[in-house]
Amino acid sequence: MTGFLQNTFNGLVSGAFYALLALGLAVIFGMLRVVNFAHGAFYMLGAFGAYVLLTEAGVPFWAALVIMPLGLAVVGMALERAFIHRLTRLDPLYNFLLTFGLTLILQDLVKLRYGVQSSPYQTPSALAGSVDFGVFDFPTYRVFILGFAVAVCVGVWWLLTNTRIGMVVRASTERPELTQAFGINVGRWVTPVFGFGIGLAGLAGVLAAPMRAVNPLMGADLIIVVFAVVVIGGLGSIFGSVAAGFGIGLVQAWGEAYLSDFPIVSQTIVFVVMAVVLLWRPAGLFGREEAPA
Amino acid sequence: MRRTVGVAAASAATVMLVAACGGGGPQSGGDQKLTGNKIVLGVLNDQSGAYSELSGKNSVKAVEMAVADFRAKYGDRAVTTDISVETADHQNKPDIANTKAAEMYDRKGVDLILDVPTSSAAEKVADVAKEKQKLYFNIGAATTTLTGAKCNKYTFHYAYDTYMLANGTGRSTTEQGAKNWYVLYPNYQFGQDMEKSFSAAIAAAGGKVIGKDAAPFPNTTGDYSTFLLKAPTLNPKPDVLGTMQAGAELVNVVKQYNEFKLRDKGVGLAVGLMFLTDIHSLTPAALAGTTYTDAWYWNFDARNREFADRFQSETGTRPTFAHAANYSAATQYLEAVQAAGTDDADTIVTGLEGKTVEDVFLRNGKIRAEDHRVVHDAYLAQVKPQSEVTEPWDYVKVLKTIPAAEAFRAPSSECKL
Repeated sequence: MTGFLQNTFNGLVSGAFYALLALGLAVIFGMLRVVNFAHGAFYMLGAFGAYVLLTEAGVPFWAALVIMPLGLAVVGMALERAFIHRLTRLDPLYNFLLTFGLTLILQDLVKLRYGVQSSPYQTPSALAGSVDFGVFDFPTYRVFILGFAVAVCVGVWWLLTNTRIGMVVRASTERPELTQAFGINVGRWVTPVFGFGIGLAGLAGVLAAPMRAVNPLMGADLIIVVFAVVVIGGLGSIFGSVAAGFGIGLVQAWGEAYLSDFPIVSQTIVFVVMAVVLLWRPAGLFGREEAPA
Repeated sequence: MRRTVGVAAASAATVMLVAACGGGGPQSGGDQKLTGNKIVLGVLNDQSGAYSELSGKNSVKAVEMAVADFRAKYGDRAVTTDISVETADHQNKPDIANTKAAEMYDRKGVDLILDVPTSSAAEKVADVAKEKQKLYFNIGAATTTLTGAKCNKYTFHYAYDTYMLANGTGRSTTEQGAKNWYVLYPNYQFGQDMEKSFSAAIAAAGGKVIGKDAAPFPNTTGDYSTFLLKAPTLNPKPDVLGTMQAGAELVNVVKQYNEFKLRDKGVGLAVGLMFLTDIHSLTPAALAGTTYTDAWYWNFDARNREFADRFQSETGTRPTFAHAANYSAATQYLEAVQAAGTDDADTIVTGLEGKTVEDVFLRNGKIRAEDHRVVHDAYLAQVKPQSEVTEPWDYVKVLKTIPAAEAFRAPSSECKL
């Protein structure tokens, strides 16, 4: 039983990363209809930024946790204005290629400067210990990640459901033309929403720095799983992305723990789930079927 | 296609011509028996990916240092002054390694290919060397097939292999009292080989593998917590976790090993393959007390240190064992050509087989004639606690030297040269 609780906890921690990343992808896709392939690269930049801030300027983890998401959000907004915006009217494939190319450029620029070897980043000392839950103890840092990610997700949920900005974003996510017809300037919100999504990726990156290898390719592998999460949750569904994020984290952790004799299973389980979900509900678990035109 | 055939035919003709003239003997003065009157060394390795820092461009620098030292040593007496270094990036892909190796031998006039990390790529190049009958010193790859099923007359395995790593770390750690092991390995060729080698070495030393798990490879989530949680709950509790992950995956395992405080729970850490650059990126604090097998360590003695100082002034960093081994291999090849007076591959092979060598990398070194395994002293090393690290990159103390005779496996019956 203890083992089961530990594995469940772990799954939720992995799921927290998926949820933060998938949430960013979902709001971006909802608002812009852009599949942002560069999301993994911004996750990597978040982690690398924390490392560079610490080693070059002595900026601690806590400050990086604020600086990097905000900084990357600004970069994201500039990017949307300069490039992505110009391609949104064309086939979605163009923006897919643009963001994919951008990923390669960002990865190689970091590689050029810092090499491929992982860079060291320590857990902040305040979170270095373990929390005793009676039946088992768990690293404080992981407990912090879980709490923090849940708080961010709840915060975003509140923002979307209880503020005017949220209402506009939800409306333009679901029916952009109709929202426009009501006299709301949807275009005005596109850039900040893109920046917000990128900021979430940066945030996940900073959170990952103390527990994952910080190197130029750290986002490239992870983003594949996150795309599967988004598809399972339903493209553009904000609640779906968060729920699927935590859900997939759990499925993976349980798979690794209880099917360890079949490593191939835990390696592919996410994609098996994705295939099954797509066959059963082509729009994803929480996605809305497109009404026939 | 016609062009390739033409080039191949031309080079084959040249080889035969030189071979035919080879009877004149090495001391024939001005009449040098070198193809094109020059020596070309080729470094084929990973220059942009996962292994580019532990070897990569700095291995090219190490080979260039060997050439410079050779020139300085022999001056006018050198067999030739025209020595150049060619280099290519194989991106750790066997098919690219295959093409680049053929191009080096055929078009670039390369006499010797060096390095070639990544076992699958290394095996391909061994086939090319055999086919083209040109020399190949492998440094970067770990697979024992290079001196087993894939061995051939022109291939030498220089620095290390999975047997050496397992025999060093697995056996020594078990003998020092860590009887019960939990082995975690990445689920692909290298990891599976390492797991087998380690299990055999542990059993031979009287230890037992309590549990073993194959982690996904590549591990897209970067998460190993399931395995790390499981380790202390096994019955009996393992004394040590043996991780066979490499590079960034190793970094993930060690970071999370520390997060879950396994050392405090009585589960030690042993690492299958680790390079100096890995310790640097994890910091010694994260690895303090971890034992592993090293093929060479830069601050082991004054001789190594002198080389490391020169290497640092060239590259700005301290050498890994792969860098030192590339330097040594290039040096030994040039010495062999100098002694033979020719770069004819068969003559050089004959000269190298059975030779005992002592240099900055090879201690009590011997180039085995049976399987072309280059045996030498290896080292059981332990990462120092942060408090004992007094200068950058000096992260390790050598616990014991594993004599050359014990460090490597006996020649395999699979190998027929």
